[in-house]
Amino acid sequence: MSMDAVFKALADATRRQLLDRLFARNGQTLGALCKEMEMTRQAVTKHLALLEAANLVATQKRGREKLHYLNPVPINEIAERWIGKYERHRVRALADLKKNLEGKSDG
Amino acid sequence: MAEKFVYVTYIRTTPEKLWDALTKSEFTRAYWFGVTPDCEWKVGSPWKLMFQDGRVADSGEVLEIDPPRRLVLKWRNEFMPEMKADGYSRCTFDIEQAGEAVKLTIFHEIDKTGSKFIAGVSEGWPKILASLKSLLETGKALERPKSL
Repeated sequence: MSMDAVFKALADATRRQLLDRLFARNGQTLGALCKEMEMTRQAVTKHLALLEAANLVATQKRGREKLHYLNPVPINEIAERWIGKYERHRVRALADLKKNLEGKSDG
Repeated sequence: MAEKFVYVTYIRTTPEKLWDALTKSEFTRAYWFGVTPDCEWKVGSPWKLMFQDGRVADSGEVLEIDPPRRLVLKWRNEFMPEMKADGYSRCTFDIEQAGEAVKLTIFHEIDKTGSKFIAGVSEGWPKILASLKSLLETGKALERPKSL
């Protein structure tokens, strides 16, 4: 799984929004995601395929439906690569501070 | 309604080595926050994850086992009262060859919403998997605190 594919998949606001939707509610069908995104089925399908190819989205069949899940593993690998083992707590403290001061998470 | 999380990682190894890494103490000790499994690895066997000091971290039962392809565990936290109160979850490990790598898919689910236990494991799995991948691909697990 190449890191290029992960960054390419993340370099698009619509695809990040799709990940946000799955973060809010994991395990959604294509139909449910289309409704939330107000986009054509075709466009959402294309974005989901890219996210799945980058391993950011995992799917599971349930009967005739396919459920989409956010896979946090590649994003964690990015963090593991550049955040040192002793820095982690400080980085988290700063992220929490920013969240508190701004009143919401970083979009 | 059930809550379910999915974790997928690709590791350059063989299904047999990955199976050993998930089921044998000499491997889990290195990458899985220091815990070791205590289990006979048969359907219906009790399953436990032990801390190095002898405390039980988690416990449950083997629901399905098909080495080196599939393992399904009934799983409950034992050392954090508020997580233990969530009761049993179900964790499925699927291993499949994917080109030169092996794809590991973990489904972890529980029949309730707002589960503290699932929130806990959802922080833990990505870290455990990164360390497992490092161990199998480079021979070294990632350094991190032994308890979490």
